[in-house]
Amino acid sequence: MTAEANPNTITINGSEFTFQPGETILEVARHNAIDIPTLCHLKAADPTGACRVCLVEVQGARSLVASCAMPAAPRMVVHTESPKVVTARRLVIQLLLASGNHNCLVQGSDGRSFEEYAARLQHAGGGIEPCPVWGDCRLQELAWRYGLTGGRFSPTPVRYPLEDVNPFIVRDFARCILCGRCVQACNEVQVNQAIHFGYRGAKSKIIAAGDRPYRDSDCVFCGECVQACPVGALVEKDARGKVWPRDVQKTVRTTCTYCGVGCQTQLHIKDNGVVKITGVQEVAPNYGSLCVKGRFGFDFIGSSERLKTPLIREKDRFREATWEEALDRVARRLGEIKAADGPDSIAVLTSARITNEENYIAQKFTRAVLQTNNIDHCARL
Amino acid sequence: MAGLAAAFGSGAMTNTIGDIEQSDVILIAGSNTTENHPVIATVVKRAVHLKGKTLIVVDPRRIKISDFAHTWLRPHLGTDVAWINGMLHVIIAENLHSKEFVESRTTGFEALKQAVARYTPEYVEAITGIPARDLTEAARLFAGAERGSILYCMGITQHTTGTDNVKSLANLAMLCGNLGIAGGGVNPLRGQNNVQGACDMGGLPDVFSGYQKVADPQARARMQAAWNVDRLPEKPGLKVTDMLPAAHDGTLKAMYIIGENPLVSDPDLNHAEKSLGHLEFLVVQDIFMTETAAKADVVLPSACYAEKDGTFSNTERRVQRVRKAVEPPGDAREDWKIICAIAGRMGYPMPYADSREIMDELRRVTPSYAGISYERIEHEGIHWPCPNEEHPGTPILHREQFTIGRGIFHAIDWVPPAERTDVDFPLYLTTGRVLYQYHTGTMTMKTGGLNEIAPECFVEISAFDAKANGVQEGHLVTIASRRGSIQARIRVSPKAVAGTVFLPFHYAQAAANRLTSDALDPVCGIPEFKVCAVKLQRAA
Ligand code: SF4
Ligand code: SF4
Ligand code: SF4
Ligand code: FES
Repeated sequence: MTAEANPNTITINGSEFTFQPGETILEVARHNAIDIPTLCHLKAADPTGACRVCLVEVQGARSLVASCAMPAAPRMVVHTESPKVVTARRLVIQLLLASGNHNCLVQGSDGRSFEEYAARLQHAGGGIEPCPVWGDCRLQELAWRYGLTGGRFSPTPVRYPLEDVNPFIVRDFARCILCGRCVQACNEVQVNQAIHFGYRGAKSKIIAAGDRPYRDSDCVFCGECVQACPVGALVEKDARGKVWPRDVQKTVRTTCTYCGVGCQTQLHIKDNGVVKITGVQEVAPNYGSLCVKGRFGFDFIGSSERLKTPLIREKDRFREATWEEALDRVARRLGEIKAADGPDSIAVLTSARITNEENYIAQKFTRAVLQTNNIDHCARL
Repeated sequence: MAGLAAAFGSGAMTNTIGDIEQSDVILIAGSNTTENHPVIATVVKRAVHLKGKTLIVVDPRRIKISDFAHTWLRPHLGTDVAWINGMLHVIIAENLHSKEFVESRTTGFEALKQAVARYTPEYVEAITGIPARDLTEAARLFAGAERGSILYCMGITQHTTGTDNVKSLANLAMLCGNLGIAGGGVNPLRGQNNVQGACDMGGLPDVFSGYQKVADPQARARMQAAWNVDRLPEKPGLKVTDMLPAAHDGTLKAMYIIGENPLVSDPDLNHAEKSLGHLEFLVVQDIFMTETAAKADVVLPSACYAEKDGTFSNTERRVQRVRKAVEPPGDAREDWKIICAIAGRMGYPMPYADSREIMDELRRVTPSYAGISYERIEHEGIHWPCPNEEHPGTPILHREQFTIGRGIFHAIDWVPPAERTDVDFPLYLTTGRVLYQYHTGTMTMKTGGLNEIAPECFVEISAFDAKANGVQEGHLVTIASRRGSIQARIRVSPKAVAGTVFLPFHYAQAAANRLTSDALDPVCGIPEFKVCAVKLQRAA
């Protein structure tokens, strides 16, 4: 189809693309693998145009426009990395780096080694801790992409102390760039209505219930805001400062083990342990959202109280046994009881927590081997 | 879920989670959605708050989701059939029902019409306490919707009349022509992550996987051939709620319990403990030393979900992958490996290389899963029924016709709950879950943060009842029913309504089920967890 035939055509960086009416410039670009950086843009919510990182040049427009909020229009000609755009974007990033504590790019330290960064901080003294999301931060990525360090403007003072008086989430206001993604995540995605913008101007702060800690607000610790935060301002408490993003050896996608929603989750693994769970974006049924159990309720997996060996009762106590012995015992006793009292003297309770494959095996074992239909699970309960 | 199966021929959620956002009116009954299915609650809240959809909540407690509701109806405990019949009455009397749907897709309308004739809003008000005006308005709202969706949970099913309650909701949906369309449906929200799958896979006493009846000779013949055995038992087995009594009276000699903890979840705990004690042999396979495992003769350590491959089927019938992320601790093993090893020792080898091989076998013998391969669900799960690999899956059931042909209206009369309050036990008790804990707490109580926020059992009570009973926030009280007593701390909450107190059932130390009634729904054996009469006294 030529441009004449379809009026809904736009040119980005010299190539022509068609678009659906209502699509933003950013959406058209993303569909066509053109990478316009964003910070505040949250896919599920209305664009706010807060961060200005996604600026692009539209021919004929007086000033640069925020591509996340600007609808594509017929015959628009857009440049996403023109000199004008890059200059403006660098300025925006430098200002963000200067807002509060973004010491990951302390002057001169634009090398990409965490060790070098940590050593520099230690050398500088003052007990400044390294940023907990070093290596997994959208702002840091942008600084690297545009070759920037934090030194251009002097940092604004840190106004609000860190808050960690809850078991799950640390709020580090010194690293907050006021992009508003958390506010949108909480209000427009989860609709928990726990946080919003408070105060004005330089005093701006994301607040919960009249500027109280999360714990004393309507917050239900779903962690949607943590997942949405592009920087290190909202971080999972138990991993913070213990597990850095670069320590995560692999991520494995799976299904949540708790309720019947079946949220898709990503398990972050370090040394054979789950260190963090995030929601899988862009896929049903949860499109990235989780609840407090699904996101934070994983300690049980690596708990020291897990059963590790088969146990056999000796009068009032258990003793450890080998699999050989335990399995032999179970098979023998079930066989004896089946022979003596008939198959229906045995019953199996299978589980709503084991897999389909395992439930299938349980019914096959019960019916084909034990020869009884005495099988059920606790769903009724 | 016998109620839905009786009405439609299938007991599962008719529509999908995402579909809820397409409804014009959403009716939530007996589901504390924000705490039990948080991510479904977000879908509902988005639909209401951002898309202007209408929400009707019917629940005896002022639960969080009712803050988003256009109307919150507050029935007395155990009066669900009455308020639903009341809505049916209004809709028929005002001629708001979908005549076309009723005529072309259902049977039994005349009998229903007669049965609900006397359920005038005033009559219903006398039973349920719901003001006649509110009920009428809710009925009009629901019937007026182009697409109306019903969501329900344990608050509907955990009653002696649970099956009737569900049939009544099915009546309401059919009457309004809300089935087989996007944004409609009758949707039971499953509590545990793989309840749907456990049912689908034949973890039930009367059906093989895919709900093929064990009593059906053809189904048995197919399974005999597939499993290579001479015979399979034809008599349906014991339901979980029959197992413990059978253990108690000695007809059941051995139990093999996999990943369940009936010693916290059973409806009448005192009795359950004794019953398990009567068994000659008890094997428990679990990831922790649960209250039930502690009573076993042999305990087998199993791998948890993060340590194995396989699939779960969520509440919307979507079959999704589970993937191994870490190694199990010590000698713990996948549940299927343990079961297969026992089978082999009993003379029936069950050699499988991995979970995929099991999936491939179960697909061959389970028509509704036939088309669901690991390859196809690598990225996104598929809704069963999915009869072959070309089939896209079935997000919405009963599109052209019901699984059983025509949908069946059931004419149902309200009967009072098994237990009522009296001078000795003047308060109603209802039980449920809280957001921060899960089921019997086996997993959540091993997570520091969740425990820190919800560390111990509490009894939620209205300010009115607190005053009447002379107790205050934080007081330790004894709560007694006709069956037993437990202690818990008072939590005065606006969620509670005068006359009814609430206890979460997660906590073993104060197992709410020491109090609840073991009266069962006669059809599906679900115990009456939601209504029991208690009294309350400050503990010394
Ligand atoms: S954790 Fe959830 S509820 Fe709490 S502030 Fe973040 S998004 Fe809102
Ligand atoms: S806390 Fe994070 S997401 Fe929220 S405004 Fe600050 S930087 Fe943005
Ligand atoms: S994350 Fe929460 S809502 Fe989602 S499946 Fe898990 S328990 Fe359910
Ligand atoms: S991403 Fe467009 S203004 Fe922030």
